[in-house]
Parts: sequence; C-alpha cells; structure tokens
Amino acid sequence: MGANELTQALREALGDGIADVVVFRDEVTLNVPRERVIEVLTHLRDVQQFNMLTDETCVDYYPREPRFGILYQLYSIPRNIRVRVKVMLSEYDASLPTATGLYRNANWLEREIYDLFGIRFEGHPDLRRILLPPDWQGHPLRKEVPVTVEENAFTFNRERVDAEKPYATE
Amino acid sequence: MGLEQKLGDMGIVTTSLEKAVNWARSNAIWPMLFGLACCAIEMMSTQASRYDLSRFGMELMRASPRQSDLMIVAGRVSRKMAPVLRNLYDQMPDPKWVIAMGDCASCGGVFNNYAIVQGVDEIVPVDVYVAGCPPRPETLIDGIMKLQEKIKHEPLKKWQ
Repeated sequence: MGANELTQALREALGDGIADVVVFRDEVTLNVPRERVIEVLTHLRDVQQFNMLTDETCVDYYPREPRFGILYQLYSIPRNIRVRVKVMLSEYDASLPTATGLYRNANWLEREIYDLFGIRFEGHPDLRRILLPPDWQGHPLRKEVPVTVEENAFTFNRERVDAEKPYATE
Repeated sequence: MGLEQKLGDMGIVTTSLEKAVNWARSNAIWPMLFGLACCAIEMMSTQASRYDLSRFGMELMRASPRQSDLMIVAGRVSRKMAPVLRNLYDQMPDPKWVIAMGDCASCGGVFNNYAIVQGVDEIVPVDVYVAGCPPRPETLIDGIMKLQEKIKHEPLKKWQ
C-alpha cells in the first residue's frame, strides 16, 4: 500500500480531522488540529494497525506562531509502513491531551517533552521532569534559552572571566 | 648506591618527619574509580598492563570513597551528577587530592551548554588539571607525577 492510498483512506475516514497531508518521498505527514489528535491516533492504531509509537518529539519554530510542533512517529509492525502525525501548538497555550492511554511508552516521551520544552500534557498520569534534576528552573531546549552558559576566555578577557567563575573551596 | 652510602656504619638515616610522611603519601596514592565518559577508557588503559600505573604505587583503584586518597574525575560532569560528585568527595578521608582529567572536567571542553558543569573546580578544589581530549595515558601519568611532586612539598601542618 503506497502513500497515496493511505492518504486517501485516512481522508475518507477522518474528514477534517486531518487538516493537511504532506507526502515527501513516500513519507506521509498528517497535520492534525489539537482537538482531534486523540481521535486520529486512535483511528490509526485501531483501524490502520499503527501499533507502535516509535517516537514522540517536539520542535520549537520560535519566531513563528504557532510556535511548537509535536510529532508522533508511528509504525505499523504488521504492514511495515510508517506515518508521522504533527500537531502545532501556540506559545500561549502549550498543552495538549496525553497519548498515554493509547501508547504506554508515550509516558516517558511526554515527560521528556515537558522537561525540555515545558509543554503540558493534560491527563498525563505522572508529569514530572525525567532528565534534568527535579529542582531545575526553566526548559532548556526552548529557543529563548542561550546556547552557551560560559563566555569563551581569550587573552583579552581571561582575567575577567576567571574572576567571575565560581571556584569551589575545601 | 645512594641510601647505603648515607647509612654510614650506624644504620641510621636522619630526615624530617614532613619529608618522610610526604614520601609515604605520595608513593601509595589509591585513586577512586570515577569514570564518567570517554576519559575513563584512557584511565583504565593507564592502569592496565601496557602503561602500568602500579609502577607509581597506584594500582589499587578503589570503588569506595572511604578507602581512596585521590579522585580522578575522568569525563564531563553533568549538573545532575554534580551533587553526587561533591558527596563522594566529602566522603573521602583527609588528606585527599583531585585530578581533573581531560578538557571537559577542567573547563567544560566542547560542552559549553546548560547540562554540563563548566569545570569540576566549581564543585571540588582541583590540584592538577590534565589537558587533552581525551589525554593519552602518558599525559595522565605525567599529571599524576606532577601531583606526587606537589604532595612532596606540602607542609604537614595543613592536615593537622
């Protein structure tokens, strides 16, 4: 079954649940509005046999609005095909329903997205930080966080950088 | 040669207590196993048969901080690992020394970002910095010998 047949079948079943379909080199990306994402994922899992959530990630498209893109990479083991589901989220309302009810491994993947991007998943059973220490402030993979934390020291600013560095004592 | 000539016919050698103690300390340093990243591979190689760290009295890598004198921080330290490192350092008995092995432990190296501590000297006092990414075993051995020189000139009163 090729990309076009899959797209056709999904359009017929879901209607405007799929806002837009991008097919690039037989890779299918479904753009889905936030309100319909659980419905679309349920259909893909139960009807189209996409029984494996390979990955769930987030992209920060900063100056653009809506700013965040949540990506679900789905794989069908019986049919050996893949599909990508993409949901765009606004910076001012960065939350969407959790997929832990459909795919158990979404639990940790969504915790990672919450940890690094600060996106809230409604209905998540255990939304804590997973990679960073529990007392961490902020979400470091957002684009407003500076890439570097320390100024590079050269001969002209060596002494100033050294003076600002917090050295440990005994 | 050497010692026998100084013995004379009395069987006695005189020296200062400081020198004797520092000589004993410097030649039997027990490092703690603290491999964090790729530098640990070079540290293992240093300790293994080809480079043979036991020539300097350091073949006994201890897994417990209670039994070690030297902490070789081999690799980058993440901000999440930092409290653990400080805790292990506090558990080591005095006198104790720290070698920051490699660029990451010395100054953050290529990882100038939120996740990595920019030099382990922000957490524990470092005695010797070993440069390299990762340093070759010869470089680490040189750093250890520099530390031995430092220990030999330490005043005894510092440790009460």
